[in-house]
Amino acid sequence: MGPLVLNGFISSNWNLLIAVFIGMAFGFLLESSGFSSSRNIAGVFYGYNFVVIRVFFTAVIVAMVGLLYMGYFGWVNLSQIFILPTFLPSMITGAVIMGVGMIIGGFCPGTSFTAITIGKIDALVFAIGLYIGIFFFAEGYPFLEKFYLSANLGHVTLADVTGISLGWWALIFTVFALASFWITASIEKKVRKRIKDYKF
Amino acid sequence: MENSIKKNNEKYINPYLGGVLLGIVMLISIFISGRELGISGSVRNTVVETAKVISPKAAENSTYYKKFLKKDTSPMSNWLDYEVLGVFLGGLLSGILFKRIKKPFIEHGKSITAKRRLIYALIGGILFGFGTRLGRGCTSGAALSGASTFSYGGVVVMFVLFGSAFAVAYFFRKLWV
Repeated sequence: MGPLVLNGFISSNWNLLIAVFIGMAFGFLLESSGFSSSRNIAGVFYGYNFVVIRVFFTAVIVAMVGLLYMGYFGWVNLSQIFILPTFLPSMITGAVIMGVGMIIGGFCPGTSFTAITIGKIDALVFAIGLYIGIFFFAEGYPFLEKFYLSANLGHVTLADVTGISLGWWALIFTVFALASFWITASIEKKVRKRIKDYKF
Repeated sequence: MENSIKKNNEKYINPYLGGVLLGIVMLISIFISGRELGISGSVRNTVVETAKVISPKAAENSTYYKKFLKKDTSPMSNWLDYEVLGVFLGGLLSGILFKRIKKPFIEHGKSITAKRRLIYALIGGILFGFGTRLGRGCTSGAALSGASTFSYGGVVVMFVLFGSAFAVAYFFRKLWV
């Protein structure tokens, strides 16, 4: 049955309107969860605010389990779903650079966009930086292309790579997420006691 | 902006509720459109569009831009741009609802000036933007959506991105604490 658009249940014109609504829900949740503040985001890495971990991992495990159920009930044809392709050398490098960019800039792209809407100039400057960074990449692409496309594993899932089924992976992630919620909550409690000039 | 540092009276929704709802939004997106949430791809689209407007010839000849120029006629390729438009609207709606919309201001840690914060925001943005292309997406498109759909690369990006930020956090602690 699903994805409804891909299988002709909804026309592709409606799809763009639906995209706006899905984006709205996404933006609303990012802002209302506190991701429009760079200090909330950076808090993860200094132990005083783990809200990012809570929202992020909860969303991942809900989506993982939900996706498997939707496939099991036949609501969604899982083979039609986009699986991000894997190119380990370039993706690991990119993720390292993104991590450094997140600490220095205090945002990631989506969170900076929601922070712009509530009037944060630092978020706007970060977004301008994103544009410049992508422009640099596009201009430098001829030199990067070989590295960018190296070690293409294709659209592989964890099950393809490890031989362990997706159901097990969903369980592993759920346990991992619950453990991380528990551990980070106790870290947060200790760190917050030490920070005196910031009221939580 | 010193006041915003001393007190954090902002009203946020429960993070676990936010996470569950975000997970459901991803599932709805997949169920209806067969698409996953993303952000940085639309910034790339903007860069490609700019290149096309400023110098169409050069864009045609560029190895990178021409990968994206042809597809622009199909509405599916705009899905992400409409979704990102929605992200702005949704953020605005939440800002209005929770009374967080303020006159434009700069949020920064107590140890740095507003100007310094902006310089770092720009550098961080440039790095992050560059990284998104190598990583095939950002925290949303690669880490969140990738991991949620069990993509091997997505899971790797998620852990490496957070791990990298954690590894260098000590050197930039003045910015935040």
